[in-house]
Amino acid sequence: MKKDETPITRQKFIEELHRYRKGSVTRRHFLGVTGLGTAMAVLGGALPMLRPGPALAGDIGDRVILATWPNYHDVANFDLFRDQTGAAVQVNVFGSNEEMLAKLQAGGSGWDLFVPTNYTLTTYVEADLIEPLDLSKLPNYDAAAFEARFAEAGTVGGKLYAVPKNWGTTGMAWDSGKAKAPFTSWKEFFDVTRTDFSGRTIVHDYQLTTIGSALKYFGYSFNSVDPAELAEAEKLLIEVKPHLFAITSDYQPPMRNGDAWLTMCWTGEGKQLNRDLPEIRFALGKEGGEIWSDYYAIPKNAPHRDAAYALLNFLIDPQVNTREALAHGFPVADARVNAQLPAELLNDPILHPAAELLNALEFGAAATLTDPNRAELMARFKSA
Amino acid sequence: MAISQRMARAILLAPAGLWYAVLLVLPLIVVLVYSFGERGAAGGYAPAFTLAQYANLGARWTAFQNTLLLAPAGTLAALLIAYPLAYFLALRVSARWRTTLLVLVIVPFWTSILIRSYAWIFLLGGRGIPQLLSDLGLGDLRLINTPFAVLLGIVYGYLPLMVFPIYVSLEKLDKRLLEAAGDLGAPPWRSFLQITLPLSLPGVATGSMLVFILLMGEYLIPQMLGGGKVFFVGNALVDLFLQSRNWAFGSALAVTLVAIMLVTVTLYMRFLKRIGAARDDVGLM
Repeated sequence: MKKDETPITRQKFIEELHRYRKGSVTRRHFLGVTGLGTAMAVLGGALPMLRPGPALAGDIGDRVILATWPNYHDVANFDLFRDQTGAAVQVNVFGSNEEMLAKLQAGGSGWDLFVPTNYTLTTYVEADLIEPLDLSKLPNYDAAAFEARFAEAGTVGGKLYAVPKNWGTTGMAWDSGKAKAPFTSWKEFFDVTRTDFSGRTIVHDYQLTTIGSALKYFGYSFNSVDPAELAEAEKLLIEVKPHLFAITSDYQPPMRNGDAWLTMCWTGEGKQLNRDLPEIRFALGKEGGEIWSDYYAIPKNAPHRDAAYALLNFLIDPQVNTREALAHGFPVADARVNAQLPAELLNDPILHPAAELLNALEFGAAATLTDPNRAELMARFKSA
Repeated sequence: MAISQRMARAILLAPAGLWYAVLLVLPLIVVLVYSFGERGAAGGYAPAFTLAQYANLGARWTAFQNTLLLAPAGTLAALLIAYPLAYFLALRVSARWRTTLLVLVIVPFWTSILIRSYAWIFLLGGRGIPQLLSDLGLGDLRLINTPFAVLLGIVYGYLPLMVFPIYVSLEKLDKRLLEAAGDLGAPPWRSFLQITLPLSLPGVATGSMLVFILLMGEYLIPQMLGGGKVFFVGNALVDLFLQSRNWAFGSALAVTLVAIMLVTVTLYMRFLKRIGAARDDVGLM
């Protein structure tokens, strides 16, 4: 408190203000050094409306930056978090794990919390891009609540680096008013695109699912890195390209306004589309495809680490997470949340497909993310 | 005296020189060095000395093709639209209205190009102009995610950059020359071709260069209005750095794009110089 007693010079105040604005000192340091903390405490006592909210009590800063996927949160939860803590959540939306990895590899992403998929975590740990989680800051985390197959990728080398967010599958969604018959396979997906649905199909801007599904057309593994099999997948994709509506992972707007009739689709988004427009159906390819589990992780050098832990702990609170799940529709791996979700959601055929369909699916593999041939194939396909 | 003058010059040039050295020359050297390297194991860059990246350029031929077709086409379309507009603003509008109309040309710049491009997504999408046309019985037209949509977007986005240089050169035009031509019996089309057009060529040249150079590096509009299907070299570059993480190949692509631009711009300047020289020979200026 010594610093509070000596009045600060004007110049020193401005210097401190700059440092605080740049983020090189914390709010607590700034308030302490400048004496504003004492001033506010005094004023706050005298004037109730100036009393600091929980934000100042928690002192986690005024913002937290979350890198995540499209349509993956309940925005009302972010408002609630801001009201409770004073930290506004800035959301950066991404379309592929490659894009996230590239941003983190390049450095200075500025993210505090992000949402990587199961198969990327070992790469992040090897590249020293994420940090082990400090469980003392995550009282809402309960390892026992998670189904092992959706949580195990979060532990690398015996250390917990990531906690599960949601799991799901990658299938296809289509406008049943335009289709002659329901889609059941990736073979139909690519064949109908070249005939009845020409100019109406969307594939993801994401090598894992776009190449993976093309591999499934031929019955190969979703994760194949075999050059001969990849060459076949590439040939198919290049042939199909003139018949595509777009290559994008943000496929909901064109599906909703009728520009596109068929798209590769993640479960929860299939559910969102089907809920709002019942004529849009969702199915998995019977050849198989992807099952995935997304995680929350904290990058090394997160600029607002305290806020990141606060937000993560907030989001895995079962009540909050239940509202998240109700908003975005993706299945949750947390039993505490499932206990609160309505039965029709838990028995939903889109979200929880029949066991035999689920058994045909594969988790993405670490090699699929880093394989240079798959990466280059996708880039070639897009610029073809 | 001479020394202090030299010192003064050095001091005055230092900020700009430093700026270019640190932010242009150094990065260009890095890009050049990287372009002879290899992709790192998990992506990124690994040191090497190989021409493999340049040998692979053919894999991005379509992106070059799109860029080299749509950038000049966009520049030409912008020129054809901008010239009459600039002519009208500079020579036909009363001074009272001129400022207002000029401001109207700039107004779009008050909103981010990103937001304006989003507007085009809706205008060109199935519920936009195509819906209107089909309601009028004009058939099933698809606009969004086509080369036409990209062309429209780039012309729309860069039109003001073409209008202003041409406007400035026309506005400076000595109107007595036109009166003299009229007095000497030249019909309006002839005084336009022999006086107005040649004297506005510097504006045309500046505007075209400005728009062409920006279009060659365009990324945003093809991304938004091309649906990931109409790729420019800029899009291929972003992909190589942000998706497939092949910095070496991306650098080779960037070096090639810069080289193509240097050659094109040099040829264009030479062409303009020759026109200027020819004009001087005829004794027009």
